[in-house]
Amino acid sequence: MRLKKKIPVIDQHDKFGMWGGKFGGNFVPETLKKPINDLEVLFTKLRNDKYFIQERDKYFKNWVGSPTRFIKLQNLSDYIGGAQIWAKVVSDANGGAHKIYNATVHCLLAKKAGKKFIVGDTGAGYAGKMLSMAAKKFGLKCKIFMGAKDIKRQQPNVRAMKRNGADVVPVYTGSQTLVDAVSECMRYWVANCDTTAMCVGSTVGPNIFVKICGWSTTQISRELKVQIKEEFGLIPKKLKLYNCVGGGSSSYGFWSEFIDYDKNHVELIGVEAGGPKKSKKHAAPLTYGSKIGILHGAAQYVNQNSEGQIEETESISAGLDYPGVSPLHCFLKDLKRVRYTAASDEDALKAYMLVTKFENLRPSLEPSHAFSVAIKESKNLNKNTIVVVNSCGDAHKDKNILKAKLGKKYGQFN
Amino acid sequence: MDSLISLAFEKARLEKRPALLTYTVAGDNTKKISLNILKSLSKKVDICELGFPHNTPIADGGQIQTSAYRAIKNGIKIQNIFKLVEIYKKEKSAKPLILMGYYNIIYQYGENNFLNKCKKVGVNGIIVVDLPWPENKKFSNKCKKKGICYVQLISPTTSYNRCKKIIKDSHEMIYYISMLSTTGGKLKVSPKQILSNYKKIKKINPKKNCVIGFGITEKTIDKLKLADGLVVGSAICREITKSINKRQNPVTNVSKTVIRLKNKIL
Repeated sequence: MRLKKKIPVIDQHDKFGMWGGKFGGNFVPETLKKPINDLEVLFTKLRNDKYFIQERDKYFKNWVGSPTRFIKLQNLSDYIGGAQIWAKVVSDANGGAHKIYNATVHCLLAKKAGKKFIVGDTGAGYAGKMLSMAAKKFGLKCKIFMGAKDIKRQQPNVRAMKRNGADVVPVYTGSQTLVDAVSECMRYWVANCDTTAMCVGSTVGPNIFVKICGWSTTQISRELKVQIKEEFGLIPKKLKLYNCVGGGSSSYGFWSEFIDYDKNHVELIGVEAGGPKKSKKHAAPLTYGSKIGILHGAAQYVNQNSEGQIEETESISAGLDYPGVSPLHCFLKDLKRVRYTAASDEDALKAYMLVTKFENLRPSLEPSHAFSVAIKESKNLNKNTIVVVNSCGDAHKDKNILKAKLGKKYGQFN
Repeated sequence: MDSLISLAFEKARLEKRPALLTYTVAGDNTKKISLNILKSLSKKVDICELGFPHNTPIADGGQIQTSAYRAIKNGIKIQNIFKLVEIYKKEKSAKPLILMGYYNIIYQYGENNFLNKCKKVGVNGIIVVDLPWPENKKFSNKCKKKGICYVQLISPTTSYNRCKKIIKDSHEMIYYISMLSTTGGKLKVSPKQILSNYKKIKKINPKKNCVIGFGITEKTIDKLKLADGLVVGSAICREITKSINKRQNPVTNVSKTVIRLKNKIL
């Protein structure tokens, strides 16, 4: 198993759709084989079609709003007194998070396929909110599956979805979080795949969904590479890119253009959700050595018991609260290209307080996990090291949690 | 030598009726009750499908999900399921038994270990919902070597060419999914349409025993009796749920349901 240079990681799978012969694939019911195959054919054709690329870029530029800012967090860097800390403010994107890229591409594909309906899953509510926005933009009817527990804790995004005309379907099975929402969404697709397109909200699921999502979020690193070169003239000698990892869509998109660099030159650090300090439950299958299993159509490291039942996760951040992780990240972990670690709920909250104290930036609880580790490690680095954190979501959706955990003043948003 | 599964179809054919297959979840709602249900079913049913439950099923509807969650909650383990099969298979009235479930359970147990155990306790067939062709080639060959039938699934979305390839690699029984649905959905396609698709599949290789499943209830079963076999799953799981809620005996209620089903296809 090795990484091939100059080929996007999303394309480094075998004929069964597996990365490194053991991650990913298509573990799906027979009924889904055809719609998945149709989507593969369509996507393969369109990604090589310059008019489609132009169309995508037009929407990314004028509607999503690219490039998103690349800014130095001067006050925070001064306070920490180590490496230079920068942020790629992906939460600038229309809707407030990176999920808009994948949603836009899926809606474009659905239109090309002549579909009138699109369904999707959501955890933090961003994937659902963006899909509902994009669906509205492209005139598709939209249904979003969301765990009942997540509906409760991410109300601002639920309201946004409803405003966009989406039908939000609460999922009451299992742990009532993202994992159940994805299962329910896939079940719905099994029953309606003739008329309906499905958008999987992250780089998870059957092979083609991993690819489409990774291809879409790569926009982040395309922008970043240009911005870094503009800022520093070249890729700095010591560059470290920190990103939170739930399903893994923002991190793959943030890193994809930098994977070919040597890891001593450009280090990639993925931060998973370690859950509450006191709890044994977590959402960090890569960090805590979970075994390979099959979840939602793909082989991956996944939290499960010895019998193969998927285990419940726990995290303050709904967007990271998922027992599995993208096959792309399993592959990158085994190849040792990326270093994966975890931050606890408490760590993430502390980082949120610190960032918002010094900077005019409000990272949601997901990127706050990445900030936590970036800040900790920056202390021991010198100022020639450039640390970049992907601030991939805005904290507005977390206002109720922040208020409950940190007090009233943290729950006030304009 | 013909397999027990083939013989079961042969017997039904001689009686000029489709074979009746039922699906129940192992451990629903307890180990003992699910074993007793299997035993009582065997008087009327030709082949028993026994589900090994998984907590993230991507193709099951509400009824079977409820049964699966209930069984897991009551502590069913894969070892218990093998034990249950072993006891059942020693019964005089035991019918051919097909284990059905999701691939992760097999993957964690180890394909070879799983099959050795199946062979030992007397499992006759296996259905893996999320291991489609051609991904299942290796595993289905392993099954064949053990004399266990790997049941290939075919759906309304399967193209004719793909159908031919799947059937070529199939064993003595294939399973046609009646419609685009999770298990237990309402029959949204006319029985006529289903049978017309079924006939196309049969034509590819008339020797294969082809069963129809998904959406089959007491109301719909008689309209599909031209098939080699018919599978009833959710309707039985629903009966178990109803019995538990009403504090009635699920074993007697399920046998009554099966008697009614059987009478409709005689």
